[in-house]
Amino acid sequence: MADAAVGEADAILDRAAAWAAAGRGVALATVVKTWGSSPRAVGSQLVVDDAGAFEGSVSGGCIEGAVVMEARRTIEDGEPRLLDFGVSDEEAWEVGLACGGSIEVFVEKLA
Amino acid sequence: MKAETLARLRAARGERRPVARVAALDGSVDAVVEDGEGPLPEPVLEVARAALKQNRSHDFEHEGGRWFVQVFNPPLRLIVVGAVHISQPLIGMAANLGYDVTLVDPRGAFATAARFPDVAICDEWPDDALEALGVDGRTAVVTLTHDPKLDDPALHVALRSEAFYVGALGSRRTHAKRVERLVEAGFDEAAIGRIRAPIGLDLGGRAPAEIALAIAAQMTEALYR
Repeated sequence: MADAAVGEADAILDRAAAWAAAGRGVALATVVKTWGSSPRAVGSQLVVDDAGAFEGSVSGGCIEGAVVMEARRTIEDGEPRLLDFGVSDEEAWEVGLACGGSIEVFVEKLA
Repeated sequence: MKAETLARLRAARGERRPVARVAALDGSVDAVVEDGEGPLPEPVLEVARAALKQNRSHDFEHEGGRWFVQVFNPPLRLIVVGAVHISQPLIGMAANLGYDVTLVDPRGAFATAARFPDVAICDEWPDDALEALGVDGRTAVVTLTHDPKLDDPALHVALRSEAFYVGALGSRRTHAKRVERLVEAGFDEAAIGRIRAPIGLDLGGRAPAEIALAIAAQMTEALYR
């Protein structure tokens, strides 16, 4: 893992703590597995609040919207979710990937 | 994630302590592994320890369930003792490899911002500098001055630390004399054996950048193997 990712991990954890301290509902989404080429490494994280604000990235842009939506559900019902995203060749091309890939994302509430 | 887990991860990051977070992906387990220990079954702890060593977060199976270990290692750090010709390419390579680099040289004429514009420079005596920086298991120490007055104090601190890599420039003959001095200073064979000397993988090159490459390659090997 490039250590450029280290500073980013700190920023996500800090943001999660700050939002929780402000009384907001918070969920963390983490890339737990990738197949094929994928723009973000395993361990990349996204923090989401109950209003849909988010920071970080799990894919470089193509699935963040869907992850934020599921994360808000998790904040509401407290249930963790394991999400699978296949990136089609066409989408892959648009996000700058040569050959597609898929990503699995674990979503959990900060409780 | 429990609020307590988040608090422990953040505290560890702030103090440069390596930690791993382990979760069962059904949400039933959420634990922190630190110093190789945590409230988890031994096989899971083994996975977490290896993940920290490899600096690699990954999913795994345990007793039919899917789990995930996320590594939170402090940034890699390289302390270069000696603002010499090899230091210049080594600093650049290490920065590209993700290291925070500090250059230590109390000789003001050597460690100038003009010669070394892109690195933190410390002009303390090397042992004081290393003590102040705090050498840990994510730190590499490389001594390049050729001067025992500067290299040896740095090595004393490095050999008492958990540095994952300790390298000292100098020929076999130079190193043999260095070993004699370290024995006199009370270091045992195991401690002295940690020093990579002659420094660097044997790539055959002799130009400063080639030696820097050999050192950077050996540091990378030490980190993962």
